[in-house]
Amino acid sequence: MMIDMSGLESAPSLLGVNDELSGGFLRAPSFELPSTIDFDGFQKEAKQTLKHAKGTTTLAFIFKEGVMVAADSRASMGGYISSQSVKKIIEINPYMLGTMAGGAADCQFWHRNLGIKCRLHELANKRRISVAGASKLLANILYSYRGMGLSVGTMIAGWDETGPGLYYVDSEGGRLKGTRFSVGSGSPYAYGVLDNGYRYDMSIEEGAELARRAIYHATFRDGASGGVASVYYVGPNGWKKLFGDDVGELHYKYYPVVQGTVEQEMIEVSGA
Amino acid sequence: MARYDRAITVFSPDGHLFQVEYALEAVRKGNAAVGVRGTDTIVLGVEKKSAAKLQDSRSVRKIVNLDNHIALACAGLKADARVLINKARIECQSHRLTVEDPVTVEYITRYIAGLQQKYTQSGGVRPFGLSTLIVGFDPYTGVPSLYQTDPSGTFSAWKANATGRNSNSMREFLEKNYKETSGQETIKLAIRALLEVVESGGKNIEIAVMTKEHGLRQFEEAEIDAIVAEIEAEKAAAEAAKKGTPKET
Repeated sequence: MMIDMSGLESAPSLLGVNDELSGGFLRAPSFELPSTIDFDGFQKEAKQTLKHAKGTTTLAFIFKEGVMVAADSRASMGGYISSQSVKKIIEINPYMLGTMAGGAADCQFWHRNLGIKCRLHELANKRRISVAGASKLLANILYSYRGMGLSVGTMIAGWDETGPGLYYVDSEGGRLKGTRFSVGSGSPYAYGVLDNGYRYDMSIEEGAELARRAIYHATFRDGASGGVASVYYVGPNGWKKLFGDDVGELHYKYYPVVQGTVEQEMIEVSGA
Repeated sequence: MARYDRAITVFSPDGHLFQVEYALEAVRKGNAAVGVRGTDTIVLGVEKKSAAKLQDSRSVRKIVNLDNHIALACAGLKADARVLINKARIECQSHRLTVEDPVTVEYITRYIAGLQQKYTQSGGVRPFGLSTLIVGFDPYTGVPSLYQTDPSGTFSAWKANATGRNSNSMREFLEKNYKETSGQETIKLAIRALLEVVESGGKNIEIAVMTKEHGLRQFEEAEIDAIVAEIEAEKAAAEAAKKGTPKET
């Protein structure tokens, strides 16, 4: 199977006369089918092998002041924790962020590629690209690689002319606009805390604290999430990193150890 | 020189692309077209060669929409125009689909100019024989724009411009009489420029006006006749005033 690089081209290629009409649309790549007896079974097996369970917790939500984006920092390979300090919030440009869930290489590469495309759009059109447009560019690329084993579950968050924007984009080619998203194996836990504490008219401090809490609770229960809870805020002037706390320390901050009771009991027992 | 105008990928020894220059000749033989940009209105006008009696004049519209907020008028080979306009319309929709934004006037002008240039650097094809005037309002900023492209693939923005037959006289008139206008004044300026080179009357002129709220509106013959009459009246009054003053001294 030939790796298709058409997603890396930033403009439809200038072909000869015959291809004019389709020149405006993105061309989907094609690849040869492997010669097996049971193609469907083979396909299923291949998909399973390549399907990385997205071991992570990321979340983002829109509120009155802008967009809050948060993520953990653990990378796991099965049961082995390969890193506790992965940057899962990717800075696409000074006013747009992307989150990483799924294959780390896939997310990093395609977010960087998206950053290139956004910059080219700015240069060509003398205008920043909108969050809707950026997320659509990424979604179209991921759709053209559908079925080839990319594993990307990302949220594109940013601030453009129409205000705060948040889109969920995944490697199946899906793209959803929304106000609250959480992606990864720890997302059920994060959703519980996030949905419970969410109000549209929170202040920036309240929003950041909610995001940090939600990540902490997800790392507490989900083995594939942990490390550092990073929280970023995206406002009209771009993004700013607010928190980067180790979740172990956060645990003792939220639930400090109560001293003394046990020792007193032991003294009483020995006294009696 | 004859040897350098076959395959147009070939430069002549003195640096000319003859096919492109011949295309410009074709444009110079096409009908007159004028575009004027006002503060809130943009006007396109083209000369209408007298329609044959049995021809349905509505099927030969020379000013067309590329999208809700962009319009185009051209001078030159009308068949080439149809091809270019179709591609531009597809590109407008494709842009809406990929970045969820309508095109800006500059973007679609750059696209059309790029297409025209492509055909001056490919083998076995000839350049498009038309110059276009592209007008519109940018989707978010609402700024009105007027652009012109030509067969060589260059483009630039204009406050007012003319192309086609006798474009030089029209441009001279516009240079002498242009000022920032809005609404009805912009329309009158465009018609006055056209009247310099075209026979007077609503059946020889086609006018379309673009505003931000209402998009492109084609004028009826009767409306054009009314404005032409106004202009003639103003001209007559100006003549009379000129004749009047010398007597007083």
